[in-house]
Amino acid sequence: MLLVEAWQFIVAHPARFFGALYIHVALSAAALGLAIAIAVPTGVLLADKARATLLAITAANIGRTLPSLAVLALVMPILGTGFMPSLFALTLLALPPILINTCTALRQVDPDMVDAARGMGMTRAQIMRRVELPVAMPVIFAGIRTASVQVVSGAVLAAYIGGGGLGDFITAGIAMMAMPQLLVGAIPATLLAIGADRLFGYLQHALTPLGMRPR
Amino acid sequence: MIEIRELVKHFPGAARPAVDHLTLTVPQGEVCVLIGPSGCGKTTTMRIINRLIEPDGGSVRVAGRDVMTTDPVSLRRGIGYVIQHVGLFPHWSIADNIATVPKLLGWSPARIASRVDELLELVGMEPAQYRERFPRELSGGQKQRVGVARALAADPPVMLMDEPFGAIDPITRARLQTEFLRILRGLKKTIVFVTHDIDEAIRMGDRIAILRDGALVQYDTPEAILAHPADNFVESFVGTDRALKRIALLRVDTALEPLAGHPPAHAIPAHANLRDALAMMFSAGVDALTVTGDGGATVGQLTLSGIRERTRATEP
Repeated sequence: MLLVEAWQFIVAHPARFFGALYIHVALSAAALGLAIAIAVPTGVLLADKARATLLAITAANIGRTLPSLAVLALVMPILGTGFMPSLFALTLLALPPILINTCTALRQVDPDMVDAARGMGMTRAQIMRRVELPVAMPVIFAGIRTASVQVVSGAVLAAYIGGGGLGDFITAGIAMMAMPQLLVGAIPATLLAIGADRLFGYLQHALTPLGMRPR
Repeated sequence: MIEIRELVKHFPGAARPAVDHLTLTVPQGEVCVLIGPSGCGKTTTMRIINRLIEPDGGSVRVAGRDVMTTDPVSLRRGIGYVIQHVGLFPHWSIADNIATVPKLLGWSPARIASRVDELLELVGMEPAQYRERFPRELSGGQKQRVGVARALAADPPVMLMDEPFGAIDPITRARLQTEFLRILRGLKKTIVFVTHDIDEAIRMGDRIAILRDGALVQYDTPEAILAHPADNFVESFVGTDRALKRIALLRVDTALEPLAGHPPAHAIPAHANLRDALAMMFSAGVDALTVTGDGGATVGQLTLSGIRERTRATEP
């Protein structure tokens, strides 16, 4: 019954629904993209610096313990409300898992393999690009996958600081005690999170070099 | 071919230098084994040759060129490098692994493909069967075969081998030692070979350099080291069975005597070594053996006193 009413709500307000869905996806994708663009190169730059890597992992772990809502609340007084502050907060949310996995994956690369690569005359950049990154890729992608789920679910909270997205229906639903409207936000948001997990799970497999795939 | 002069390396924080005024020359086409207890500087010395470690003093020349004035990347591309744990790239096929240096040097794909097949055959692996496989599908011995093929890919005149058979089971190890010795000798490579296994050193080396605390204690042929250890350290290092190790290096026909009367009942080929001959005498309870040539014809005899005479001949 509730589901039917939720469906009727979508049919009655297609522009509102698809607009919110679009913002939700755009916000999540942009935050994830930004986080990848920041965290992966940072991990690569830190690869040869054991102490800096440890520091980055520790900082990222502390960042990870902050509740998503707290991040949004902290951002609001500084950046105000709207799309950009939401994007900023979600990027912060996505950074730790990607940074931690990139650092860990690069640290776990077999040192004998790197020694062989150096000894055969690969430059530092060639070792990173041809050997270390491909070998670390599955673990880096596992971090991106975790981050994608966190960002898509975290994006629901953007509604609290005027970022829009599917969270708008949820907050409105709660405020008006309108269950169907709440579901209009909640169900697609959940499906998006599951979809993101599946998509990056597939990419993780596809980007794992043939010789390293689980048999 | 490789000239090491007054080499010094002192790692920060270490009590004494890892390499302490080491001077050593490896002639072209010879296998020089660096051996000694842990921390004697053998691996450090080897890694200075291709500048994986920078020395604090002294010089290393490879084919007349001072390595310190050569760009490390191009230097390393011209020196074969084999390590104990092989370090194959798991995400590359066997063919791609072998092609590492040729690709860095920008060879054409056709030239690389034919070189890969040539090398797989050289190390005893069927190209069609192994080319497209991945490292994890290979046994330890096969991985090291690929490791050696990879090091040989661009046909470097010099090879550095750091305990290449250290992680391989004893039976496979003995087979690989014999096989690679034959291959590398055939290719006339100049080789620096690091090991801590004296039997391997005796088997593989044209010369053995015994190191202790970063300094050279003795540098000579295996036979000379076994016959005349420079000091107590070398003597205990080569082991109390050095007399047996030494006669294992001598061929039966080096102690050949003419037949006196009837040929002895037990026969041994002329190319066998004196230790095997001694073992045969002991197990058969005889003190003379018939020596046979390549075609199986009798060429003379070998006696217990003949073996004793042969070993005494090179004693001081």
